[in-house]
Amino acid sequence: MIREPLIFEISDPGKKGYSIPKLDVPADPSALEGLPLRADIPDFPQVSEVEVVRHFTRLSQQNYCVDLGLYPLGSCTMKYNPKVNDRIASFPAFADTHPLAPAGMVQGNLEILHRMEKLLSEITGFDAFTLQPSAGAQGELVGIMLVRAYHESKGIPRRYVLIPDSAHGTNPSSAHLSGYEVKEIKSNASGRIDPAVLEQAMTDEVAALMVTNPNTLGVFESDICLIAEIVHAKGGLLYMDGANMNALAGVARPGDFGVDVLHLNLHKTFSTPHGGGGPGSGPVGVKKILEPFLPVPVVAKKGEAYALDFDRPASIGRVRSFFGNYLVVLKAMAYILSLGPKGVREMAEIAVLNANYIRKGLEGVYDLQYDTASMHEVVFSDKIQKEAYGITNLDIAKRLIDHGFHPPTMSFPLIVHGALMIEPTETESRRDLDLFIEAMRTIAREAAENPAVLKEAPHHTYVRRLDETAAARNPIVAWDGRKA
Amino acid sequence: MYPQDFKFTKDHEWVKVDGDTAVVGISDFAQKHLGDVVFVELPAVGTKLAVHQTIGTIESVKAVSEVFSPAAGEVVETNSALADAPETINQDPHGTGWILKMKLADRGGLDALMAATDYEKYLEGLEH
Repeated sequence: MIREPLIFEISDPGKKGYSIPKLDVPADPSALEGLPLRADIPDFPQVSEVEVVRHFTRLSQQNYCVDLGLYPLGSCTMKYNPKVNDRIASFPAFADTHPLAPAGMVQGNLEILHRMEKLLSEITGFDAFTLQPSAGAQGELVGIMLVRAYHESKGIPRRYVLIPDSAHGTNPSSAHLSGYEVKEIKSNASGRIDPAVLEQAMTDEVAALMVTNPNTLGVFESDICLIAEIVHAKGGLLYMDGANMNALAGVARPGDFGVDVLHLNLHKTFSTPHGGGGPGSGPVGVKKILEPFLPVPVVAKKGEAYALDFDRPASIGRVRSFFGNYLVVLKAMAYILSLGPKGVREMAEIAVLNANYIRKGLEGVYDLQYDTASMHEVVFSDKIQKEAYGITNLDIAKRLIDHGFHPPTMSFPLIVHGALMIEPTETESRRDLDLFIEAMRTIAREAAENPAVLKEAPHHTYVRRLDETAAARNPIVAWDGRKA
Repeated sequence: MYPQDFKFTKDHEWVKVDGDTAVVGISDFAQKHLGDVVFVELPAVGTKLAVHQTIGTIESVKAVSEVFSPAAGEVVETNSALADAPETINQDPHGTGWILKMKLADRGGLDALMAATDYEKYLEGLEH
């Protein structure tokens, strides 16, 4: 395999990727006087257009994406993103709108935001939504800021936020950033919140319980109504991390089972691209009691016209420039409307079915620490392979790459040692699920018969196994030409 | 395996008391489960700690975990060697991989901690 050089390494002094016509008017150097100009950008790569194109095309071919195959990262919901959504978002009427255009000129765009708030409210059972947050973690932060604003309006913001040990890792950070102290609630043997444990921890100093439902074990919190009652009885609020809404959309509504505030990840449940293909979007839904605190501006409908309402004195303020990631919201709206109510429900049902199909296919081959029924994802561990052959979840994940699949989420949730958290989503056909199950079974056989092949995996990639420990201990995050 | 003069918490910190000061670290079991430690965040000298208060975080290739204070007191020294060599926690968790030294405020909380033999029994319970 040929190593792709860094773009700096193919740089030649004086080479350019552009040509500018000769100046045909009198030169006027004074036009730039007083501006902070510099003669040179140090170490700027000097390459031709075709070299840039080839370099980045070759890098892109070394990458893996959901358009190439199954991408079972648990809790990430790496579903296929239908191309029609991108096509709609690229229409000039949407893509070329200026965010500072006056409301009268962008009525259609405002209508989209307004209708999307209504659609998300209908799917989740809330009274209002803000579409501003840029991604899930910001949605969480905004949600907890709303909780704080609510309690402050009652007198005191309270002191604690309760978070189960099966929650998403960003939950404690969001609570902490909002000035709360975090108290952890231990899961019971079935991987759920124990109402008796919660009852003990719930005091009038607790601002909210942050629950992920289904939680990161892929387990539905079946006591959720009782949990909401316990929290509400002490004047607390119930926050739900909606990252796993792909298991519930069209089937159950968090607003109906006692949740007061929730964030969604449009880039998970509602099929907009993740990561480098993003950006994300983390809308926050609230019940009436929290509506006055929502970020400004709010898109308000007055008669037949849409306007931006900034006159909301209790608002926590603006949390994002302009209107959030508008085109991402639009792509998600296209997805929801193309599926329709029945389609959204079917999406969740097949996501749950697919996860359980994988579970049945691998039960007994890989250890299942919690045998509670799975929703949209299933969490196995490396326990069987580790105890018998010294094979860890890292070896299994690396070998899976050789089989043409992206590895699942590893070592999370923390309550399962050596976790392999698999979420196939509704995207995968039975044929692809069978191929994945067969690959995982082959790896389990290799663990017994030829563990070395797993320890050295991956074998068929551009680069072999990387030293992740050295990379974390001594990260080199910038190219330094003087050292090269 | 576990030093007889140490006491242990359920969260896998150890504490070694010497007069009115105590040395704190994480157990061999904890370092094994964390995997390769890549970064350690330590509190400032002079920080006052309550029992079970977060004293810092340990980042491994697998996860970021909090370390809790096994006793009440004031931080008098932190192991500055961990900044450049976090792997010391993996190599020698009960010795040179210590995390901080504290001046004990009171000894009340110490009695609730486990002796080495009790901690080993506790670990057996966790394995099953």
